[in-house]
Amino acid sequence: MEYFLELFMGGLTRGSIYALIALGYTMVYGIIELINFAHGEIYMIGAFTGLIVAGLLTMLGFPGYAILVIAIVCAVIWAAAYGFTIEKMAYKPLRNAPRLSPLISAIGMSIFLQNYVMLAQTSDFLPFPELIPHFAFMEKMGSIMSSAELVIILATVASCVGLTLFIKFTKLGKAMRATAQNRKMAMLVGINVDMVISATFVIGSSLAAVGGVLIASHIGQINYYIGFIAGIKAFTAAVLGGIGSLPGAMLGGLVLGLTEAFATGYVSSDYEDVFAFLLLVLILIFRPSGIMGKEKTQKV
Amino acid sequence: MNQSFIRFFLTAGCDGYAHAVRKSLLVALWFVFLTFPIMVIRVNTIENTVVWHWSRIGYVALAIFFGSFVWRWLLARKELKKDDTRNETRVESLLTQLQSHPIFKFTALGLLALAAAVYPWVFDLYQTNIMISCLVYIVLGLGLNIVVGLAGLLDLGYVAFYAVGAYAYALCNMHWNIGFWYMLPVGAVLGAILGILLGFPVLRLRGDYLAIVTLGFGEIIRLVLENWGDVTMGPSGISSIARPGLFGVKLGVVGSTQYMFYIMVALMVLTIFCVNRLQNSRIGRAWLALREDEIACQAMGIDKMKTKLMAFALGATWAGMAGVVFAAKTTFINPASFTFWESAIILSIVVIGGMGSIRGVIAGAVILILVPEYLREFAQFRMLLFGSIMVLVMVFRPQGLISAKRKVYEYKAAEAEAVHE
Repeated sequence: MEYFLELFMGGLTRGSIYALIALGYTMVYGIIELINFAHGEIYMIGAFTGLIVAGLLTMLGFPGYAILVIAIVCAVIWAAAYGFTIEKMAYKPLRNAPRLSPLISAIGMSIFLQNYVMLAQTSDFLPFPELIPHFAFMEKMGSIMSSAELVIILATVASCVGLTLFIKFTKLGKAMRATAQNRKMAMLVGINVDMVISATFVIGSSLAAVGGVLIASHIGQINYYIGFIAGIKAFTAAVLGGIGSLPGAMLGGLVLGLTEAFATGYVSSDYEDVFAFLLLVLILIFRPSGIMGKEKTQKV
Repeated sequence: MNQSFIRFFLTAGCDGYAHAVRKSLLVALWFVFLTFPIMVIRVNTIENTVVWHWSRIGYVALAIFFGSFVWRWLLARKELKKDDTRNETRVESLLTQLQSHPIFKFTALGLLALAAAVYPWVFDLYQTNIMISCLVYIVLGLGLNIVVGLAGLLDLGYVAFYAVGAYAYALCNMHWNIGFWYMLPVGAVLGAILGILLGFPVLRLRGDYLAIVTLGFGEIIRLVLENWGDVTMGPSGISSIARPGLFGVKLGVVGSTQYMFYIMVALMVLTIFCVNRLQNSRIGRAWLALREDEIACQAMGIDKMKTKLMAFALGATWAGMAGVVFAAKTTFINPASFTFWESAIILSIVVIGGMGSIRGVIAGAVILILVPEYLREFAQFRMLLFGSIMVLVMVFRPQGLISAKRKVYEYKAAEAEAVHE
């Protein structure tokens, strides 16, 4: 039973990180129907920025909590800047191109960013300092759940709730929903569509950066390649829940995280990534609209 | 280089020189901010040391400042050109003219054949080896071109078929000592079967979803190769795979490399011939129709399922054969040769060269495989360049370096009447 609970909590933690990254995919897809392949790389850049800032602050002797907060803030700022720039350079000029073009451009961007980080930093695994503090009241939970896992799950829940409220109640959120429904009509009623798309990229990138710093601190090491696998898994989560739907992305993330945790715990840990890919293939074949997605009739 | 060109180049998309310079400065400043942490600071959290690379920021600023002029000029040029129907560039029309001229065509082909025949005798082993791998990539590119360029199905797991061909030969050779020439067609058939197996479940998908599923499929194959140690020897790979035999004659290292070169040239010629015939065949036209509009294509009575499966199967056939050749050439394979990046390289060959164009794919392979080999110092920047070129080509020249041209049949009323009379 304890093993089961341990796996469950581990799965929940993984799942919430996937959900956090998946929100970015799903938002971008909802608005411009593009799979932002470079989204995983944004997560990686967030983690690297977090590492650099945390490293500098540790040397300057800042207290633990301050380091965590400042590292996350910096990661969010830079990741958002990257997301914004990528959209401007690689996707905006292709707004009206055939659908294959922005996809290939996105793959190119992803390759570029990975190699850029690899050349500027290093291709080795870099140790990431433990930023999340240990809570005394979590001690008696033993191996079932650590304070890092608690923080990650709580941070994800907070981000998801915050994002949902933002989309529901703010003016920008309303504009985003309108743009997602029909870009041309949104433009006609005076919504600055370019601004909305940029905002979507900024928000999605920020969430990915939060996830990047938290998971890197939990696992304890990063390298330039982490964005690729995380990106695919987050995409799987987004598809699982129904791409374009925010609650779907959260649910999909959790389902994927739990599936992976139990599959590696009870079946075999060698094939960890295979389970995610298999789930993705199966979902796309049998229910491409996902758990929460609606069947969409095709526009001609 | 006249005055107006320079003016247009410098002020493209801006009101004047001052505005352009201000804009470029701002962009450079933005990129300095953007690249600051990753480019400049390297921390080591264990030894608590920081290394600062301040000079890099200067390079970034300079590159972006001048690059932004080029970027804006290219964007403005693209905007200007959008209105007129695309005319052939001078080089393209020259090529077409030469191609349609029989004397030039056959001399050029003859020269090429001669060059191919003497190549391994003139150049050393190293050059020949590079050329062989370039030829392998041409075959791979032409195979993927069927799937992506002609049928418009974005396949990111193409390397899986390549891996299957290579492993099939390696395993059969290791266990049962089956030779190269038997395995070449077997590899092709295995590729085709796997192509159909993958194609069948993903028939309903296209575009982004298809890309992701094929990517997942490619990764599954790689992970299986890596973890199924009992059969595939896991990450350590399979070594001492036999080179192709020549009617029982034993060849040395030089001899077998030359032999391999000729095999590859023959395979490439066969591929070009087949792909060319396919393009203009019934099925090739169906692929193009499928790429342009799936629904209209179905309405015209084309069997979508059959057409898509054919594209997958035929594309994978070449990958399977190329895989067998690859295993025979390197005599050692392991899963590290079949990562997603391999698929990405093949895809960039097709995309950068020009989707759907045979000449384009060959040009793409030559540029992307040969050029980095000769610029050894820049080898580490190879993937960086690939990525940025992919973005730039998509943004500024979506048809690739050499765009596809189709045979056009013109109906001339006067001639038709003359025939009737």
